[in-house]
Parts: sequence; structure tokens; C-alpha cells
Amino acid sequence: MKRHFNTLVVTLKGELDAHYAGFVREKIDNEILNSKVKNLIFDFSRLEFMDSSGIGVIIGRYKSIKAVGGKVIIVKPNRQIKRIIDISGIQKLIPVNDNLDEAIKKLL
Amino acid sequence: MDNYIKIEFKSKGVNESLARIVVAAFVSRLDPTLDELADIKTAVSEAVTNAIIHAYDDEEGVVYITCELNGKEVKVIVEDKGKGIEDVKQAMQPLFTTKPEEERSGMGFTVMETFMDTLEVISQKGKGTTVIMTKKIK
Repeated sequence: MKRHFNTLVVTLKGELDAHYAGFVREKIDNEILNSKVKNLIFDFSRLEFMDSSGIGVIIGRYKSIKAVGGKVIIVKPNRQIKRIIDISGIQKLIPVNDNLDEAIKKLL
Repeated sequence: MDNYIKIEFKSKGVNESLARIVVAAFVSRLDPTLDELADIKTAVSEAVTNAIIHAYDDEEGVVYITCELNGKEVKVIVEDKGKGIEDVKQAMQPLFTTKPEEERSGMGFTVMETFMDTLEVISQKGKGTTVIMTKKIK
């Protein structure tokens, strides 16, 4: 996790399923609470696999970020993850971007 | 049937990734595309998650997976002896979840349906649930 001013960039690696969702959720929530960031970027460029448990993680964080008037962006999901995102319909609420630097700039 | 495997494992979350890998490795002999393999892995992940989180409610149980290859068709059967689903039709509705407080998205069956060619769910309250999915490798 990295902070760019008031934006938290969470880079996830490996696989996000129900087993790891709780751990990821807790880590991000602690960071949001402690560093008082406003915006959140999910950097999925190094995430190889995600099932619908990941959607729960994204929506949960989206709600808390939205409550403080912030924005959430998803960056570089692979094809499999993009399909899960498309089916869920969350791309109507959360933009998907192909470039991390661009996403960070958008939130500055 | 040309070939099959059967595996069973304790209903622990840590076994989810193993279930995905085993099925994917077995299906690989049909020479699927990366997308087809990702589809099957995702569907297996959803079915196994349901068994662990919903059927056994994080209590101890056993998850059974059978994977059959028939020509170019893959059949995956995920079975549990957990609490069963009272209303299968309702459970299969997109976004329906009994566990919103755990941030379950209610998309498990929708994902299985979308990523596989066919999906059948047989469940009996108190007895368990069987999920049967097929997909043709092109």
C-alpha cells in the first residue's frame, strides 16, 4: 500500500478469493482509518485471479470511501477479473482505468 | 466417460486455491484457451466458496469434487453434506445473499452460470447441495 497525498493505492498480488478477502479487507480498512485518506485505487496489475469475493471487498470499501466524499478507481484488471467486474455491474459506480499514473492524476 | 478425478478435502478456505488448481490441471489435457481455463477456475472457486461459507457455515465438513472429461466436454460436480438451500431459485437470483454483513456479493451462482455452459443445483435442507456444471472446450 502506498499513499499519494490523500489517495491510497492498494496493489494486490496473487489471488483474491473468500479465504483472503477478510485479510485484505482488514488491512485496507486499518490503513483508511489510520492515514485518513480520501480516495482509493485498487491496483490489480499484479492480481492473477479474483472471484466474486473480491467484488464484496471492492463494494465494501467503495461505501466507506463514498461516505467521506472520496472516489475509488480500479486499475489494470486482467481479462478474467474484468469479466467478474462486468457481470457485477460495479463499473457503473467505479471507473476502470488501464494506467495507474493516470488514475492517480485523476484523483489529485 | 473418457476420464475423471475425484477429490475430497476439509471445508477450509485455504483449500479453495488447491481445488481450482487441481481442476485446472486436469482440464488442461483438453488444451483449453487461457480464458476457458480461467472461466472454469472461477466457477469452481464460487462453488467451493459456497460449500465452505454457506453449506458448512465455517464449521467442519468435507467438500467433494468430481471432474469428468467426455470428448471436449468438462463436467464439474461440487458436493457438500452441509445445511442445504431452502429455496434454490431464490438463492440463484443475482445479488441474493444471506450474508450481507460479511460483504458476500450474492453473485456466486451468477458467475457460475455466466462462465460455464450449464449449471444445475440440487439441494435438500439438512442434507447438502450438489452443483453440476458443464463446459465445452472449443
